[in-house]
Amino acid sequence: MLCYTSLDILDIQWIWQFFSSGHTNNWAVLVCTSRFWFNYRHVANTLSVYRSVKRLGIPDSHIVLMLADDMACNHRNPKPATVFSHKNMELNVYGDDVEVDYRGYEVTVENFLRVLTGRLPPSTPRSKRLLSDDRSNILIYLTGHGGNGFLKFQDSEEISNVELADAFEQMWQKRRYNELLFIIDTCQGASMYERFYSPNIMALASSQVGEDSLSHQPDLAIGVHLMDRYTFYMLEFLEDIHPASKTNMNDLFKVCPKSQCVSTPGHRTDLFLRDPGSVLITDFFGSVRKVELTMDAINLTDPIKQMEEDPVNGEEQKEVYSYADQLPVSEIIHQKPKQKDWHPPDGFILGLWTLILLVFFKTYGIKHLKHIF
Amino acid sequence: MGLLSDPNRRRALISMLTRLNAPICVVCYFAGVAWFMGLAFEPFTLRTYMSENAMGSTMVEERFPAGERALATGREFAAHKKKVGGMPVDWLVKNMQDRGLEVFTQSFSRTLPFPDENKERYIVKGTNVYGILRAPRAPRTEALVLSAPCSPGDNNNQAVGLLLGLAQYFRNQIYWAKDIIFLVNEHDLIGMQAWLEGYHHTNTTGMSWSPLQGRGGSIQAALSLELSSDVITSLDLVLEGLNGQLPNLDLANLFYAFCQKIGVLCTIQGKLQRNDWDSVSGYNHAVQTMMLMVMKQASGRPWGDHGLFLRYHIEAATIKGVNSFRQYKTDATTIGRLLEGMYRKLNNLLERLHQSYFFYLMPSLSHFVSIGYYMPAFGLLAVILLLRALDLWVQLNTPPSTTEDGVADIDQVRHTLLSVLTPLVISHLTGVALYALPIRFQETAVEHFPVSETEAVVLTAIAIYTAGLALPHNTHRYYIVSTVPDVRGWRVLKLVAVLYLAVLLGCTALINFSLGFILALTLVPLAAFVTPHVPKVLSAFILVILSPACTLLFSVFFFQELQDMPVSFQDGWLLYLSVISQGILDHSLYGSLVYPLIALLVYPCWLLFWNILFWK
Repeated sequence: MLCYTSLDILDIQWIWQFFSSGHTNNWAVLVCTSRFWFNYRHVANTLSVYRSVKRLGIPDSHIVLMLADDMACNHRNPKPATVFSHKNMELNVYGDDVEVDYRGYEVTVENFLRVLTGRLPPSTPRSKRLLSDDRSNILIYLTGHGGNGFLKFQDSEEISNVELADAFEQMWQKRRYNELLFIIDTCQGASMYERFYSPNIMALASSQVGEDSLSHQPDLAIGVHLMDRYTFYMLEFLEDIHPASKTNMNDLFKVCPKSQCVSTPGHRTDLFLRDPGSVLITDFFGSVRKVELTMDAINLTDPIKQMEEDPVNGEEQKEVYSYADQLPVSEIIHQKPKQKDWHPPDGFILGLWTLILLVFFKTYGIKHLKHIF
Repeated sequence: MGLLSDPNRRRALISMLTRLNAPICVVCYFAGVAWFMGLAFEPFTLRTYMSENAMGSTMVEERFPAGERALATGREFAAHKKKVGGMPVDWLVKNMQDRGLEVFTQSFSRTLPFPDENKERYIVKGTNVYGILRAPRAPRTEALVLSAPCSPGDNNNQAVGLLLGLAQYFRNQIYWAKDIIFLVNEHDLIGMQAWLEGYHHTNTTGMSWSPLQGRGGSIQAALSLELSSDVITSLDLVLEGLNGQLPNLDLANLFYAFCQKIGVLCTIQGKLQRNDWDSVSGYNHAVQTMMLMVMKQASGRPWGDHGLFLRYHIEAATIKGVNSFRQYKTDATTIGRLLEGMYRKLNNLLERLHQSYFFYLMPSLSHFVSIGYYMPAFGLLAVILLLRALDLWVQLNTPPSTTEDGVADIDQVRHTLLSVLTPLVISHLTGVALYALPIRFQETAVEHFPVSETEAVVLTAIAIYTAGLALPHNTHRYYIVSTVPDVRGWRVLKLVAVLYLAVLLGCTALINFSLGFILALTLVPLAAFVTPHVPKVLSAFILVILSPACTLLFSVFFFQELQDMPVSFQDGWLLYLSVISQGILDHSLYGSLVYPLIALLVYPCWLLFWNILFWK
């Protein structure tokens, strides 16, 4: 409980900033959707973001990493057990503590949506679940081959922007996120965030509709392109971020201008309630425990009073939320009791028989009536 | 009413058809020939491009260092080959084992139906040696093949040396996802046929071979190397295979891309590329290159050791090193790097090459014409036959001038049909004789005439071919005499013959466009104009000139002309005889279909037209 006391204006601002973001934990869902050796760069993209996110403090237990193919152990890799993101092999993003949660053929549209919405079978291990709550900031990063309105998974299926938007709406309704940052690095990536309609989502894409995202550099020793341009420059940008940096989202929007990326990166902030300038990079990419040391004493002289209203500070509970019952099992399983006794037929059947009899007697004459009765 | 169901309109259409038939046929013929010649004109062709995504561009780093050592190995191989007097099997086995391959041998033997005078062999016995480089981490499901032939004399020693050098280099790399099979085959095509049959457990040609002890999975691509000099000035790519089959165009694209990257001069059909397509000489050059490819494809023989792989749906090409009088020479290390680059790219394949074209013509190494563009040339020629058939059908269906009653009509029809059957059966029997008798009666011929077996076979074939010309005068005795003179009989025969020719040429053109087109060029005008009423002597002469045998004779001279090696008439005639004997041998050794096609189907068809000319 926080209360208004006789504090300085500066102290008040500093206190506002301390609790400005409203989240208590960070999650990351990093997905690479393409397989085959010539899509090496997509795996390298995802692993680069994984590396940055881990370096800034999000632990493996809060990261769901989905890689559709294994490049490090591919038969064609001349440097086995490595995935490089810079040419001349400066940076091995595969490292020695990579924890892949969904691997190979497990990366499907169904699994991805189940991870987001939480509808997983009870046997799913914890490392494969997104156990976020309404105070979680989630970073979602997708990369692969895409088109206008869809993203290709595994060479055989696609996820559409409508499905993704609906999944995020489900997440919002189930209170599975506080704020969501969605980054996509594919061709025509901006089409994937066009359909979002849930609040508190900020989206970035590497190219607009009608543009292709290009790859960055080939490595001649390995024989493939190592990274995509947008993620390469984003990785360079993120390498300068440390857990205490105050860089905000406006700087991330400026990453990879058209001169470097050839495509035009786009972003969408209209669904986001806060001003992007006040959103720190570490709100999404890092897991920052807010600790402030102070040498001054804060004089709390007045007794603690109940706060009337405080729209920004979400720590007070206005009303108790409860989860909507998604699957009212008891109602479904409940069946009508079987009627074991005979009951007279419906009026309709009765009327129909009457009609049939009348027609019969009309046709064949009333004189047959006496044979029956 | 509709166009065809309205009797007035139908009559008008039919009358237009009969009136304009000959002019339309002539126009179509020249349009077909013009379309074909226009295919080599550069604005009508497309630049080659890599269609397979998995192969990507040429971004690999080639690091093969050991060209000189490869040449030294080649010299050792030459010495051992001379010492043994054939294939130095033990030396090869030991050498391959030292380089870390799994080595196996296969022995084979075959008695040719008659001696082969070009290569001077009759009873062939040999051994193939091959070593398998297992992929370090991959399952043994797919393989690539690199082969070099063991040729007598001083040929292809450097090829075997380079093969062994590459084997050693490849063995030290860990990025192979497919097994690589290094094959040295003896007696070039015969050895290759034995190896392929053993690998795929088929036995289509009656060769006897020992089963293969080691195997590597299904073969995705194969390259055959022919290198007979220490330095080269250019690399030639040979694509044409058995029965005119071609490998996927992506293989040629890959070769061309690497030639450009490494800076080696590359040719196709032995001809360099030129940039001046708008000048007459530039266009001539492109036409010559394309005609060479058409001739080679039409002959139906494999023009390199790779030609036999294509039948098993394995994309294969032969790379020949050419050393001519040019200043800039390329050494063996560069050739090794080119092959290394190609194999690294083929290693990246996930499926067989299938994205690019299987049917194409190449007027130069960087331009191609796909089947959609060259088929209309043949279609225009086939339309002539259909128009002629329609015309004959119309003539047959117009009521005859004299009135007949129903019985005589039916009789006449039956007699006509029977009289058509006779020439058909006799022509085909002659064809069967042309196919089977030359080989069967070679001993009898050798007893009675002072010729060798090969000459006996070829001359018997020519004799039977010429004997067929005498047939119409003899078969008339077997016609069923009809009470009414059947003036329509030859029309029915011609209708049947024209449709038969159309179907035959259509099917041939689908499989081997060049063969179908060349046959169509000569047979279609023949089929169109021949009737019993044209002047006999002149038409007989023209018919013989346009017959398949003379077409082959002219093609031999034309082919030599295209290669800038024109021959005199005597040499040309001897070359022609050897071409016929090679055709018969190819059929029995490798299953080439050109000789049976000509003997059993095209020749009887031509005989039918000969019959029509001499119809009484």
